Amino acid sequence: MTLIATESLTKTYAGRVTALNDLTVAVEPGIVGLVGANGAGKSTLIKILLGLLAPTGGRVSVLGLDPTTDPAAVRARVGYMPEHDALPPDLSAAELVTHLGRISGLPRTVARERASEALRHVGLHEERHRAVGGYSTGMKQRVKLAQALVHDPDLLLLDEPTNGLDPAGRDAMLALIHRIGTEFGISVVVCSHLLGEVERICDTLVAIDGGRLLRADRISAMTTTTDVLAVEVSEGTDELAGRLAALDLPVTRDGRTLLVPLADEGTYDLILGAVAELDLPLHRLDQRRHRVAELFAAREPSHV
Amino acid sequence: MSEPTGVIHDIGYQRYTGPRLGRGHVFGALYLHGVRTAFGLGRSAKAKIFPWLVVGVLTVVAAGATAVRAQFGQVVMTYAQFADAMAWLVIFFVAVAAPELVSRDLRSGVLPLYFSRPLPRGDYALAKLAALVTALWLLLGGPQLLMFLGAAFSTGDGMRGVWNELLDLLPGLLYAGLWAVVFASIGLLVASLTGKRAFAAGGIVAVFLMTTPIVGTLSIMPSATVNQLAFLASPSTLVGAVGSWALGDLLVPEGQRGGTMPIGGFGPLYAVAAAVLVAGCVTLLLLRYRKVAAR
Repeated sequence: MTLIATESLTKTYAGRVTALNDLTVAVEPGIVGLVGANGAGKSTLIKILLGLLAPTGGRVSVLGLDPTTDPAAVRARVGYMPEHDALPPDLSAAELVTHLGRISGLPRTVARERASEALRHVGLHEERHRAVGGYSTGMKQRVKLAQALVHDPDLLLLDEPTNGLDPAGRDAMLALIHRIGTEFGISVVVCSHLLGEVERICDTLVAIDGGRLLRADRISAMTTTTDVLAVEVSEGTDELAGRLAALDLPVTRDGRTLLVPLADEGTYDLILGAVAELDLPLHRLDQRRHRVAELFAAREPSHV
Repeated sequence: MSEPTGVIHDIGYQRYTGPRLGRGHVFGALYLHGVRTAFGLGRSAKAKIFPWLVVGVLTVVAAGATAVRAQFGQVVMTYAQFADAMAWLVIFFVAVAAPELVSRDLRSGVLPLYFSRPLPRGDYALAKLAALVTALWLLLGGPQLLMFLGAAFSTGDGMRGVWNELLDLLPGLLYAGLWAVVFASIGLLVASLTGKRAFAAGGIVAVFLMTTPIVGTLSIMPSATVNQLAFLASPSTLVGAVGSWALGDLLVPEGQRGGTMPIGGFGPLYAVAAAVLVAGCVTLLLLRYRKVAAR
């Protein structure tokens, strides 16, 4: 079954701003990365999928249902995690998720049980009875994910789930999303403006730009064998780049991250040695597929 | 915490195959949550102070009136008069409860979590409105019931006395319902316009208090018709005028000082005006949430 299908989907606001332009795409169940720069139309697409916005033209189906004519049926089977702050500070996570479970149609006791289960799955245990206002950003993101899971949806729509998280928090969130997509049997659409992040966990990648489809494909069809190592240090990124270049490593920069092609196991040692010599605080060092970024690189720089 | 005595097995994620309740149940859940919120239940101790202070004052007044009546046989206030006399406290209750019900949700950004669920967007607003109406009605009706019980137990005419008392109570409860519907629909509409609770509370009090001087001005104009229509200008006098027309001497017993409101023959017009006001507020509230949901 097709997870999401759109056909010539168009949305213009007040007849002037075009958010989606003739978008035709079909994706299969699994973990889907929806990437695009800010303003590319990701949030508009999500709102149309949820039936909160009516498209100006074209057709759309989610889990085989039409959100423009039967939004309640779609929303009953979809969980949504919004990008922005969405939690009342004086409620506890357990109370909030239970309440929202009931709004999704769960009976009272079931809602309570599933709320604590969902919170356990996202890694919140005893702290779930404390007021959300005192939570860290990472914990708040987990609560937002738990409320999207509480009613056991068939599809999760996650809008920028790693927003505001530190590198360790981002990795944990991505690992959690990967686990939901593979072990829980729930399809996931992850929206992000960071390609490097979603490509690590997705089966399928959909890239949009200016409301148009750039490319949609299985990630296996896009990647190649060349992997890269992503290195992040809290400070002294320039020094490290210089040192690595001096070691004859073809290093490139991507924001705060340095990318080094992985030749063999020795590459790890060279990088770690350089970091240790310069006495820099290493934030992360991990392996990343390389080609996908390049596929979109030609179109992306104009938006960053 | 006790020492762990065994291995905790991760049973993994469980799919849910049980029943999913329909629109009515979801509406009911949101409604009950709203009624509880209005009285600060399930909230911090701070959120309980004001609602229960108002409940306390109203109960004390009702208990006092009942005691005086039982002791001296003198009716201090009728059921409907009780609602009139407590109107100012009800306004303050609305000014606290309505922002608690809707402004908080606007501010915290929780609305996308509601509207991404099967709940139709109109249902959210209507459930909140029904919750506020119920809270206000309980607030006014509860003490009236207390007055009734006091009167029923101290009546000298046996069952007949109780029956007569009940016939007085029922219109009083209906009148309390009118207060509740008018105040709740205006209060909730004002509160739904802003996410700042202080602004919402100020706005609600302003709508009720600032319109009173207009009534005062209109009622001293040199035209009998304008004077008789003056009470249209403020929600509280509007409700009072409808009460005067519909309840007559149940509201103000004959011979008592002040008498009913001088509305002339415009009673039906006042009733229509009240209905139009409520319908207008509800329509605007639904339109407002149409816009909010699409954001």
